[in-house]
Amino acid sequence: MMSENEEKELLASGHRMCAGCGEGTAMRAILKEAGPNSIATVATGCLEVTTTAYPQTAWEIPLIHAAFENAASVASGIEAALKQMDKKGETNILSFAGDGGTFDIGFQALSGMFERKHNVTHICLDNEAYMNTGIQRCSSTPYGASTTTSPSGKESIGEDRPKKPIARIAGAHDIPYAATATIAYIDDLKKKVNKALKADGPAFLHVFAPCPTGWRHGSDDTIELARLAVETGVFVLWEAEDGEICDIKITKKPKERKPVKEYLKKQRRFAHLTEEHIEKIQKEVDEKCEQYGF
Amino acid sequence: MSKVKITIAGINKKAGSSKEYKTGGWRTMKPEVDVEKCIQCFKCFDYCPDGAVKKTEDAIEFDLDYCKGCGICERECPVKAIVMKVEEK
Repeated sequence: MMSENEEKELLASGHRMCAGCGEGTAMRAILKEAGPNSIATVATGCLEVTTTAYPQTAWEIPLIHAAFENAASVASGIEAALKQMDKKGETNILSFAGDGGTFDIGFQALSGMFERKHNVTHICLDNEAYMNTGIQRCSSTPYGASTTTSPSGKESIGEDRPKKPIARIAGAHDIPYAATATIAYIDDLKKKVNKALKADGPAFLHVFAPCPTGWRHGSDDTIELARLAVETGVFVLWEAEDGEICDIKITKKPKERKPVKEYLKKQRRFAHLTEEHIEKIQKEVDEKCEQYGF
Repeated sequence: MSKVKITIAGINKKAGSSKEYKTGGWRTMKPEVDVEKCIQCFKCFDYCPDGAVKKTEDAIEFDLDYCKGCGICERECPVKAIVMKVEEK
């Protein structure tokens, strides 16, 4: 049975996320694991606009929204101030950002936070484009996805560049903990949040959260798609402890990998892809999985 | 529109005040649970993005003030105890 603490919702209902939003599921689990003794910063993005519609807030823990690029810097400042005042104790400092606020715009601040070795956990909620502003492409958008700034058409197959391996890049800063997780495996996600918070120094968690609005799938497919992404090998779940980025541990290995087609066919952002494109994506996923050793 | 008083630096002191806004009105489909079939695995509780599933002693119940009707609970229920029905106004 779960303790009373775990039962307490730290992300209140009434937030304005779309029906079936993966971030809602992720945030409820993450904040429950972090507990009430936490301070958070949040970068501009879906999470910020949906949870802080003035004059209301869905947060039950102290939160600062700064700007798009500096969630990690503000979190560094909070950590440094608490340490200076001798009040750090068991307080968890979290910085949240979407994929835009982590992969692109917030990357410099994030890299600086890792380099200065602040005891902050950065959590990236990845829905693979700038969904809040209207589905613009990002360096997290996968190959072949149609977005409003990489539309598919006669001359284009949509996004033509691969997804940036952000968690491996974060891990390469020699930080004590870097991991990937997704909302289909809540226990795994909570375990990784716990490890990230307990790590002595900066930690990075890449959380994969499907978006019904931007990916154009049914609102009830959200969890299924997160699961399929792992089962097909599109998104690999792993963790690297103590800066051992060359010795990562795969935390969920599908027994038999499903074809990527099953994952792609459920989303309208991939609806224009021909068999040839799908084969190309399958080949890339196979190569990536071989790299990871399965 | 009621008047909103802006605080210094926009500081909001009322934690969890989003509960004042009922998102149940967004719903077109409404979940219903068969208490007899429920095995209390609480997958629906974990997966609900809106915290609209409440645990009860022998099963679960829905907080229809906040349920947006996404249907994740129906899809993820391992024993098919939850069914989505068209919302009647």
